[in-house]
Amino acid sequence: MTDCKLTINGKDYTLKVEEKWTLLYVLREVLGLTGTKEGCGTSDCGACKVLVDGKAVNSCSLLALKMEGKKITTIEGIGSSDKPHPIQEAFIEAGAVQCGFCTPGMIISTKALLDGNIDPSEEEIREGLSKNLCRCTGYVKIIDAVNIAAAKIKELK
Amino acid sequence: MSLFEHNNNKYKVIGKDIKRIDALEKVKGTALYAADLYMDGMLYGGNVRIKEYPAKVTKIDTSLAKAIPGVVEIITCFDSRAKKHSWADYCYMTDEVKFCGDVVAIIAAESKKVLDQAIKSIKVEYELQKGVYTVEDALKEDAPIIREKGVGLVDGLPSREKKGNIFIDSYYPVRKGDVVEGFKNCDVIIEREYNVPFIDQAYIETEACLVYCDPKDGSITGESSAQNPFFTRRYLAEASGNTMSESRLIQRTLGGSFGGKEEGVGVQIGRAAILHKATGRPIKMVNSREESLMDSSKRHPFNFKYKIGATKEGKVLALEATLIDNCGAYNNQTQFMNWRSSVHSAGVYEIPNVKTDTFGVFTNNVHGGAMRGYSSPQVIFAQEQLMNELAKELGMDNVELRRKNIIRQNSRTATNQLITEEVILEEMMDELLNRSNYYNKKNEYEEFNKNSKSFKKGISLVTCFRGAGLGAEGIDANGAFVQATEDGSVIISTGLAENGQGLQTAFAQIAAEPLGITIDKIHFHSVDTHAIADSGMTVASRGTTMGAQSMKKAAERLALIIKEHVAKKFCTTVDKIDCKDNYYYVVDENFPSNYSNEKKVAFKDICNERMWGGEQLAVYEWFKPELNDYNHHTGQGKAFPTYTYNVCIAEVEVDINIGSVNVTKVTSGLDCGTVINPNTVRGQMFGGIVMGLGYAITEEIELNKGRILNDNFDSYILPTSMDIPEMDLVLFESITKEGTFGAKSVGEPSTEAVGAAIAGAVSHALNKNVDHLPCSLESILKYMD
Repeated sequence: MTDCKLTINGKDYTLKVEEKWTLLYVLREVLGLTGTKEGCGTSDCGACKVLVDGKAVNSCSLLALKMEGKKITTIEGIGSSDKPHPIQEAFIEAGAVQCGFCTPGMIISTKALLDGNIDPSEEEIREGLSKNLCRCTGYVKIIDAVNIAAAKIKELK
Repeated sequence: MSLFEHNNNKYKVIGKDIKRIDALEKVKGTALYAADLYMDGMLYGGNVRIKEYPAKVTKIDTSLAKAIPGVVEIITCFDSRAKKHSWADYCYMTDEVKFCGDVVAIIAAESKKVLDQAIKSIKVEYELQKGVYTVEDALKEDAPIIREKGVGLVDGLPSREKKGNIFIDSYYPVRKGDVVEGFKNCDVIIEREYNVPFIDQAYIETEACLVYCDPKDGSITGESSAQNPFFTRRYLAEASGNTMSESRLIQRTLGGSFGGKEEGVGVQIGRAAILHKATGRPIKMVNSREESLMDSSKRHPFNFKYKIGATKEGKVLALEATLIDNCGAYNNQTQFMNWRSSVHSAGVYEIPNVKTDTFGVFTNNVHGGAMRGYSSPQVIFAQEQLMNELAKELGMDNVELRRKNIIRQNSRTATNQLITEEVILEEMMDELLNRSNYYNKKNEYEEFNKNSKSFKKGISLVTCFRGAGLGAEGIDANGAFVQATEDGSVIISTGLAENGQGLQTAFAQIAAEPLGITIDKIHFHSVDTHAIADSGMTVASRGTTMGAQSMKKAAERLALIIKEHVAKKFCTTVDKIDCKDNYYYVVDENFPSNYSNEKKVAFKDICNERMWGGEQLAVYEWFKPELNDYNHHTGQGKAFPTYTYNVCIAEVEVDINIGSVNVTKVTSGLDCGTVINPNTVRGQMFGGIVMGLGYAITEEIELNKGRILNDNFDSYILPTSMDIPEMDLVLFESITKEGTFGAKSVGEPSTEAVGAAIAGAVSHALNKNVDHLPCSLESILKYMD
């Protein structure tokens, strides 16, 4: 076990981790942050996406020890308990949620996309979500949700 | 007009775009799926499997694994505590490995990492046996017998007189009219063969459970990703040795199922229960994606042999077919599913003479089970390609051939069921032909193809129908509980389960409508088998159409009780009382929808009065539909109370140099009966189209001697946001006296025509008979050879 300092959702943690532990393993098994899901374990489905320094990445394929000094945001760090983030509101309004298992990863990818580009084209949205698999929705209402979220965020600015 | 948009909805909550009541916790990441559960003292359970099948296990060496710190328990198939066979054909553990999912030992460890290490440290010795992997080999005279109960073929039909690999309980004949006579009167007769592969439901959440002893009452408790909680409870009770009353199953938020979280989830919870009994500690089991692909049921592969004949005017007079599906090594579904296949084996057409035989065959593959459509995506693909081929042979337009033969009101189906209800199929066809600009595009694409060397374009229309609910496959009964509380909020519960499809919201609407309350007043309590009675399975797209009938009944009865209370209060009669927006009021005959008069009372105030007055505030109701008169030996009779009709048009562009198929547009029309929630229906339809696209183009479980080669999403290819076509959805409504508020099925019909329509469009583009799915790169290049 090695000491590991992680900054997650604005909070600093000092943990004992093994060299081979992934960030996903630490989030779920050590910290109980279960909003981040595991769908494949091989970086193919995007259910485990978190923001690392603003970039949406698959936490199942990152070693926890390599995350020191980086800013990590999980779904629990998006919005607050009494006020959902505009992206979360948009997912509800658009009807973009069905079984919900891909939803946290989709919201993380949307956040990364909109933080870098508040006016994405349809093509850019599809590209931004292309590493997240969804089996329920056919993606249409998720794409709608990204558009609605972009409008909401612009309004707030 | 039957278009949903044109209909004047007479309801207050039904037919409205109500937002999903379970969405908030899902977007926040706080919804708890089974894998998200943790408990003090919890152990991680896992399975040991071998990589070749079939095999007889001779020895299992656990010594290395036992020596690993943190390994708490190992139970092998030779252990006296090992329970082998489950009630539903599958094994919890076995030394006679028949397929890739069979488990030879189970382990409990202190952490996931220790568990993984322990599994790798187990040494299994076995003798490999001769296996059978294809239907063709399994039906050979000298094929090894896979299952004791398998039977052979006599005169080409399954017979108990002989041993073999046919699963006799899955055999369903249909005999209507006389096909020999029918074919004599045909001007054109064609014969075609079609094949489809195993595919996976590929829900993003893998199977998971947590089993523990409830300290409050001693019940063994399983929290599980179960599509059918009561079905899963059976495994929990059996494996633990507890009575059902001391076995409690709680369904956790489900990350998709599509028919898949049935048997696999059942044996998983059974294995966890065995480990729990042995250790006395909570056991959590979560499948990896690889395990999910190996262990869970698949959509059945079929081999179809069809013969169809018509007059030169295009009237189909006779159809004969054999539909054979690959069951895998164990099966608990084919004996039900093949009945549905047989009922729909002649398509949505009125054909006077029909003879079809449908049966399953055991092989040493992964098992076929339920997957969204329950044989319909397979059967519709073959059936509709057959119609396209017949049209070609007749020199007739594809759509016109269908128009001449489709089922209408007063038609008789292949099972000789007289359709007495309104049928809007032709109206749906015409609407979709117009909207998609079908004929212009067809001509345009054919012109384009004449001059294009690399790209070919195609368009195709598919028509089909689907029996709603279980029909004569089972009894479509169900129960629901509605309880109002003193503050006017209402708890509803039912034995049917939310699987991601939107059942909670639809049921809340169905309860809110008669009660005259708003959706925010309703809390849906998910299935807990200690809190509500078994209502059968959440399958067959029966949830809303049939399963919500008891919810409607219960809400109506509670509304009547409240109305009686209000009538008494205002010294009038019940028929003078109406309710809306959380108020009950005396109807002013001059202004029937106005409730701003003084004779009104808030729902919450009545609830409060009744609670303190010791009056009834809760209702449990049961619904059992009329039984269908159906003869399973002849395949004749009333198969379903009502049918959902579906029309789908797909357009494709095929790159014939590399073999890629680009689906450019799908127009899909669905006869919903009554639309309960348009938002949810559209969500189902979009998702269904994209799932159908995967079936048509990329998805196939690749097998080598029963071993699954593409065992994760890097090689089992699902459509992504980059692959989706333009989609135009058309919601239709029709009149039926069946179904809750007249609703028909939506979930499965949303996907079942799509694969067929895309295959038809590829067929049009290439001018070839597309005889198998998927239309993979290799397949397209082969067609062009």
